[in-house]
Amino acid sequence: MDKQSLLDLLRHDARESVDDIARQLGADAEAVAAALEELEDDGVIRGYQAVVDWNNVDEERVRAQVEVDVELDRETGYEEIARRIARFPEVATLRLVSGDYDFFIEVEGESMHAVSNFVSERIAPIPEVTKTVTHFVMDSYKEEGIELGDGDDDDRLSVSP
Amino acid sequence: MTLGDQLSDRVEQVPPSGIRKFFELAEEVDDVISLGVGEPDFSAPWAARTAAIDSLERGKTSYTSNRGMRELREAISERVTRYGQEYDPEDEIIVTTGASEAVDLAFRAFVNPGDVVAIPQPSYISYTPGAIFAGGEPLPVPTRAEDEFTLTPEALEAAGADEADVLVLCYPNNPTGAVMTDDELADVASFVRDHDLVVLSDEIYSDLRYEDDHASIATHPGMRERTIVFNGFSKAYAMTGLRLGYAMGPPGAIDAMNKVHQYAMLSAPTTAQYAALEALRSCDDSVEEMRREYDRRRRFVLARFEEMGLDCFEAKGAFYVFPEAPDGDDEAFAEGLLEEQNVALVPGSVFGEGGAGHLRVSYATGMRELREAMDRIEAYVSH
Repeated sequence: MDKQSLLDLLRHDARESVDDIARQLGADAEAVAAALEELEDDGVIRGYQAVVDWNNVDEERVRAQVEVDVELDRETGYEEIARRIARFPEVATLRLVSGDYDFFIEVEGESMHAVSNFVSERIAPIPEVTKTVTHFVMDSYKEEGIELGDGDDDDRLSVSP
Repeated sequence: MTLGDQLSDRVEQVPPSGIRKFFELAEEVDDVISLGVGEPDFSAPWAARTAAIDSLERGKTSYTSNRGMRELREAISERVTRYGQEYDPEDEIIVTTGASEAVDLAFRAFVNPGDVVAIPQPSYISYTPGAIFAGGEPLPVPTRAEDEFTLTPEALEAAGADEADVLVLCYPNNPTGAVMTDDELADVASFVRDHDLVVLSDEIYSDLRYEDDHASIATHPGMRERTIVFNGFSKAYAMTGLRLGYAMGPPGAIDAMNKVHQYAMLSAPTTAQYAALEALRSCDDSVEEMRREYDRRRRFVLARFEEMGLDCFEAKGAFYVFPEAPDGDDEAFAEGLLEEQNVALVPGSVFGEGGAGHLRVSYATGMRELREAMDRIEAYVSH
């Protein structure tokens, strides 16, 4: 079972049935099920989530990208600060990045007020955090490799040579 | 005198396209899922499209040299070395308006009235009319399901192709998805040399092979000087509507084709040439990604057919599989399936002798539609 092909396929569409995955990879269904279990047990696959276009959902959803600068000391490293930030359910994504700031956070909340409150009351006061810059997401055009918007119609002839 | 009375015999000799008839049937059905499409469901790679847009912004809207932009011919020359082909961009390559134009140029440059053009069948529907328009006499060479629709010297012999002047090849094949290995091509090459034929080898699907690398008859001993190779950007780069292809062959031969091309076409579309140049330079990854996607669908369709008991050989190229129609009547099956389940595919007999009793199923369609289409075919087969 070629795990890379399996991952490629799941990254494309994680809702395929085990039988259909097996057909596409030319493998048998038990082998696919076993490989999936292994990938999950080994912590390679951490979850399966829907890619949502929030523009098409009635309920309001506010997202922000937050840049965070920190100052390390002898006792505290990135890992430790990250663990503390990651525990907040409002934090959807947390990455350590190179460049002008240290952490990149994606925060989700019900309103702009809720999100800015969260940043100023939960993130900024962390002793190692020296600076935050909050960017509210105004629109999104592509998520997880999927272009949002109306998409293109298939305007090919229905039967052609 | 009306134009109808003045119709040339050549045009009258060619019957209306069978695929056209099926297209019209399919157009009348609502919510049709089509597995009858002979072109990719992807769009051209974005880098290639932006190169076309850039060229327009820079005002690149004049003719190019008859044979195509020098840079593009150089990039093509470099590209085809991966198939073991070596052609000089100076006088051995011509860029054309789709590989279709290249095939037509070759018919007009190498077929004299009465010359016999051997055409393995089933095959792409343009070769027979093309040979007739050039004054040639098409000779169908049926290939067989037992041979997985590869061409054999025995099939050539049986059809009387030893008397032919020109042989057309198209592997990977539309409509069967068949491919030919180097060894199988060696046998055909030997027949071709023994009987002194010229070969027109349409290799438009060369990048869409799923089990092995492309092999070209032109790389066999003594074949380069008697072979024209056609290729293009439509299939691998999903650029059908940009109409860009090319032909490669020995210098005198390309000169002859260029003679027709310069009067009939002048030069291939300039915008498309810029797109093609960028495609060759930077779109290998996109091609590979599409190839992997086609391969997954191919396996899926073959597996579903096997499970529902539809006999189908393991097609290894292009984006078609070619199962047998359960009761042997491909037209009745295709019409019934369209009527009862709203799924369109193309009866094999449309593609000439040897195609009868089979169905061309294109998997250039997204997985969701493909899954639904397979469920419907299964329902139709088992009722």
